[in-house]
Amino acid sequence: MNWLDHLPILPVVLPLFAGILLLALRNRSLALQRGVSMLAALALIPLALALLGTTADGTHLVYKLGNWMAPYGIVLVADRLAAWMLLTTALLAVFALLYATKGTDRNGRHFHVLFQLQLFGLNGAFLTGDLFNLFVFFEILLLASYGLLLHGGGRLRVKAGLHYVVINLVGSTLFLFSVGTLYGVTGTLNMADLAVKLAATPAEHAALVQSAALLLFGVFALKAALLPLYLWLPAAYAHTSAPVAALFAIMTKVGAYSILRVYSLFGGENSGPLSNLLDPWLAPLALATLVLGMLGVLASTTLRQQAAYLVVASIGSLLLAFGLGNAGALAAGLYYLPHTTFAGAALFLLADCIARARGEIGDRFESGPVMPRARLLGGLFFVLAVALAGLPPLSGFLGKFMLLQAALDSPMLAWVWSIVLITGLFGVIALARSGSMLFYRTHTAHDPAALTAPTNAVLVPVAGLLLLVIGLTIWAGPVSDYAAGMAAQLLEPRQYIEAVLRAAPGSPEGLAPGGASLVGGER
Amino acid sequence: MEALIAIVIGVLTAGGVFLALRGQTFPVVLGLTLMSYAVNLFLFVMGRLAIGVPPVISDAAAGYTDPLPQALVLTAIVISFGMTAFVIVLSLKARAELGNDHVDGRHEDSHEGRSR
Repeated sequence: MNWLDHLPILPVVLPLFAGILLLALRNRSLALQRGVSMLAALALIPLALALLGTTADGTHLVYKLGNWMAPYGIVLVADRLAAWMLLTTALLAVFALLYATKGTDRNGRHFHVLFQLQLFGLNGAFLTGDLFNLFVFFEILLLASYGLLLHGGGRLRVKAGLHYVVINLVGSTLFLFSVGTLYGVTGTLNMADLAVKLAATPAEHAALVQSAALLLFGVFALKAALLPLYLWLPAAYAHTSAPVAALFAIMTKVGAYSILRVYSLFGGENSGPLSNLLDPWLAPLALATLVLGMLGVLASTTLRQQAAYLVVASIGSLLLAFGLGNAGALAAGLYYLPHTTFAGAALFLLADCIARARGEIGDRFESGPVMPRARLLGGLFFVLAVALAGLPPLSGFLGKFMLLQAALDSPMLAWVWSIVLITGLFGVIALARSGSMLFYRTHTAHDPAALTAPTNAVLVPVAGLLLLVIGLTIWAGPVSDYAAGMAAQLLEPRQYIEAVLRAAPGSPEGLAPGGASLVGGER
Repeated sequence: MEALIAIVIGVLTAGGVFLALRGQTFPVVLGLTLMSYAVNLFLFVMGRLAIGVPPVISDAAAGYTDPLPQALVLTAIVISFGMTAFVIVLSLKARAELGNDHVDGRHEDSHEGRSR
């Protein structure tokens, strides 16, 4: 029995079993729960690295659940992009969890269970090769995210949570309508098989599959918070607890990932009625999202709100890269994705530290007391602001530079350059203003006892995420080479389709008894 | 038969959308439920309507009905059932925390709270 055969499913089942184990341990000490949860999150890193190493040469690992051949059974597919997303998620999860163990997980029950199930849903969504299974994993990660978002309770959190839940339920319904239509026309749900069947759609069904595919795009755009479907995000992210907001930095990227995965298969060059389906939509909407997100950043009244709008703006940049669609732009977007995830998450964590250190005034942009350890907090904020605003020398600058370079031969050149550069300037202004408001316009504290100095232990996750951003800068060469490899693979959907459909039923070792029911598909 | 089912799905969806756009949480929950009914029916019909034929291929049968949408609907029903239970509990919590059942937590006596 070679465990490597089961590598693609391990990142999915490990958090599931850890979550179930944590549920069984719910009445035991918090230290034990923290230990189990942390170990499970840490174990995801070597698994993601192993997948990254195996897929680096361009192979597609196809894992057939229950050894049912595609397209009859559900398959998990690990390629370069999936491994990249898994690694980003695992690294982010470790630091968010580290921060949560400093007190957030004490505010309510079952934090660690929900956290692990959230990872289960995320990893599953990145690995699955089946459209309905993607829906199931979306529901899993959403249900866990509802719990995490509301964890700890509070008036504003419940209000923002209600909006978030209702809008996502509507999104799930639309997802099912779209999947149902695609199944009704093609008779398959396997993404590779769908790509083949959709490309050969007869002309009388062309309008039907186009509307279904655009509906699906709408659902993914809702998850990704693309204009005009971003309204739920700022309130939800600004009012939840810091580690949850940090973990949610990857949630919008799930939407972006799904757009990239699905439309690289269905909406590429030679896809029949769906050829270049998103071209008139994605890049213009992404540019508008970038502008609106950055205006939100300028207009924010608290640091957490500003961080939430920075997430919206970063989704704008990311989807702009995916919308331009050439190899250079895709590589730029995929290089930018982990950068913006880590930097955005670090800002949510740092905003929480700053809010505690300022006592009653919290993270509002008003003149407040001098913070304890202001130099350290200020230094971290400065480095983070440089990363987020896309200034040299950090990876935000490199990502934007690659994006601008890739836009050179695009018909939208003037729009892309002007909007990206002007919003970049807005970002610098907004973050400089926030920094000077928080750290310079201060007065002596009346009641120093009310201010909580951040301990080193609390700042470790922030610094860790910052080190990841710096690492992305130092190893920019190999990382951008890898991103170019991912882009090349995405632009050749043939390989993916052939790898999935040619995968014959494997040797008996490939059998996973009951595997299909594990991931919630009744098929 | 097809026309009847299509009309039923359309009416359910329209009612669901209308209710989901209301201002109080209870109609919103009802609207979401109606929409999930509509989509379940829709998924079921996507296997085409076939009466009195077996769900799996057998040599003796003249035709068969697609079993996959039934499995999909089963999954979708379970998920939407769980989600509805969750959103009801959340609405009750919002009612307790915000003091009224408006989705934005507005006060009952305000003009807008009434008119919606």
